[in-house]
Amino acid sequence: MRRSFAPWANPDAKPLIRFENVTKRFGESTAVDHLSLDIFEGEFFCLLGPSGCGKTTLMRMLAGFESPTEGTITLGDQNLAGVPPYRRPVNMMFQSYALFPHMSVEKNIAFGLKQDGMPKDQIADRVGEMLRLVQLEKLARRYPSQLSGGQRQRVALARALAKKPKVLLLDEPLGALDKKLREETQFELMDIQHDLHMTFVVVTHDQEEAMTMADRIAVMDHGRIVQVATPGEIYEQPKTRFIAEFVGDVNIIEGHVQGQENGLWRVKTSSAEVPLTIDDPDEVLHSGQAVAIAVRPEKMVIQRDLPGPGAINVLTGEVWDIGYLGDWTVYRVKLATGEILRVTRANASRFVENPIEWDEQVYVTFAPDAAVILAE
Amino acid sequence: MMERSLTRRLSAGLVPAVPYLWLGVLFLVPFLIVLKISLSDPAVAQPPYKPVFEWSDIAGFFGGLDLENFTLLIEDDLYFRATLSSVRIAAISTLLLLLVGFPIAYGMARAPERYRALLVAAIILPFWTSFLIRIYAWVAILKPEGLLTQALMAVGLISEPLDILNTETAVYIGIVYAYLPFMVLPLYATLEKMDDTLLEAALDLGSTPWRSFWTITVPLAMPGIIAGSLLCFIPAVGEFVIPDLLGGSETLMIGRQLWSEFFSNRDWPLASAVAILLLIVLVVPIVIYRDVEARRVETQR
Repeated sequence: MRRSFAPWANPDAKPLIRFENVTKRFGESTAVDHLSLDIFEGEFFCLLGPSGCGKTTLMRMLAGFESPTEGTITLGDQNLAGVPPYRRPVNMMFQSYALFPHMSVEKNIAFGLKQDGMPKDQIADRVGEMLRLVQLEKLARRYPSQLSGGQRQRVALARALAKKPKVLLLDEPLGALDKKLREETQFELMDIQHDLHMTFVVVTHDQEEAMTMADRIAVMDHGRIVQVATPGEIYEQPKTRFIAEFVGDVNIIEGHVQGQENGLWRVKTSSAEVPLTIDDPDEVLHSGQAVAIAVRPEKMVIQRDLPGPGAINVLTGEVWDIGYLGDWTVYRVKLATGEILRVTRANASRFVENPIEWDEQVYVTFAPDAAVILAE
Repeated sequence: MMERSLTRRLSAGLVPAVPYLWLGVLFLVPFLIVLKISLSDPAVAQPPYKPVFEWSDIAGFFGGLDLENFTLLIEDDLYFRATLSSVRIAAISTLLLLLVGFPIAYGMARAPERYRALLVAAIILPFWTSFLIRIYAWVAILKPEGLLTQALMAVGLISEPLDILNTETAVYIGIVYAYLPFMVLPLYATLEKMDDTLLEAALDLGSTPWRSFWTITVPLAMPGIIAGSLLCFIPAVGEFVIPDLLGGSETLMIGRQLWSEFFSNRDWPLASAVAILLLIVLVVPIVIYRDVEARRVETQR
């Protein structure tokens, strides 16, 4: 069901939210810089980026707390310019949850419904429904200060969902939760979004969170969107070095393009004696161009024996560090040039005979299609 | 070893005893003395009441005490009217103080952080001048040929001199002016602590700014509103200087009554009875406040 969901690939699909050439300046500094972005109905959309990249400003403009200096934001057919936050069909779950401390859980959830003048019995029904959704029926009469962090997060979610907004904005929704709870809540959020067919826009700096939950991720840096794509594309085909390094771990090998042979790029680097062979046909490069080769740690193979004479992309080094993580073992391999590569290996069997040890001479190889070329 | 732990236990017990000792010596004992005097009879003597306590005649001492003064307070409706009038003036003043003080405190809490300390200092600044001088200054402002009349006539708002000195209006002006810091500071303290995202959340959920103010800001500022109101109401009920200087002869306040009993009539026992009455009037709101506060803390903490 979810696999076939890709409205962004359909040129006829009409976006629900549309940022057109939006700029936001605070005095001298530019928080959002000529940004255009389409978000489609029913999407679980993530704005990902380091702090100060403009993602929160973008979300606050959507909620109506900030207005763009230039450009327009449309929601459905409505231009949002000049529409105050209380008239927007958008609700937000705040990072701090912003629960009203002087109201009980049920009063908090009912707050938005009351503003709409909904009849009392309908409010009660809806509040009950929301409490069931987030499994807090028993805590309806508690006050926020009497709840745990995870429970408060649920109340905030229920309150934001109660009005059935067209778009739910979530500002670092899991930031305050511990790791175990965060993981559980990620899947719960996905289920809720799926069941309610609502559009979710999440702001996060946590790439794992974005990867798990989002249909699409927009990676932001310095007020601009660097890439908008599915999590798989972001991870496997990062457009820039910034994205490759920000999302997941990556080894970067710098070099210069030597030429193209049989559709494969040959890249000369100081790290390997033989030029590296990279299968990245979409890149348009010219000879002599400086490039960075990005290879994910799990796509590299570490071995003690010298690979056969036909082997390609062989790097030689010695084991500098070994980190055993249970499911994975991380090897840090120091090359002759001083660069350190990170290579991971899944611990598929419980016992390994004669494992690779510290300071051993090893060979690291990777397939031509395991690497991505990033123009510098 | 034993000795040290004993002295430590003693000193640990002494620390909390200090405030009790302070309250006992400076509040409870004087109160008991005033209570005793209120039960005595006036006398042309030094001190001007009897009986005076003497170890040799304890029975006679207690026999000399009676509720005569309180009976008088109840029989003569002057005291009842003065109390009522004091409470009314104090209540209206407190309301006016809230109306004036809340916007000031709100503006201060919203001001850029680097200006806030300056604004607080500006609020406290009048205390550096004597209270009495500041109230006297209002006489010069409010009198018929005073500054206010001159200014309003210059602007052309009025043609006749204002006649507000020696009226209840002047008392309200004086009380609001003098007590404003006591209203603003507790309000500012609670408003400044308030989390702005709560207001954003209210707006986000469809509440207009005006409604958000009443449903979020005011309830959360309630501790400050109550504290500020009590800090103003309680001393305003017993206020003497302001009604004496700015109020007319018709302005009836219990503090003034107390003063005239004490100094003009030299009737210490009756003055003491008035003081006890005043105390009862003031203790009731405090008890109510404590009760409300305790309940609030219980549910929200």
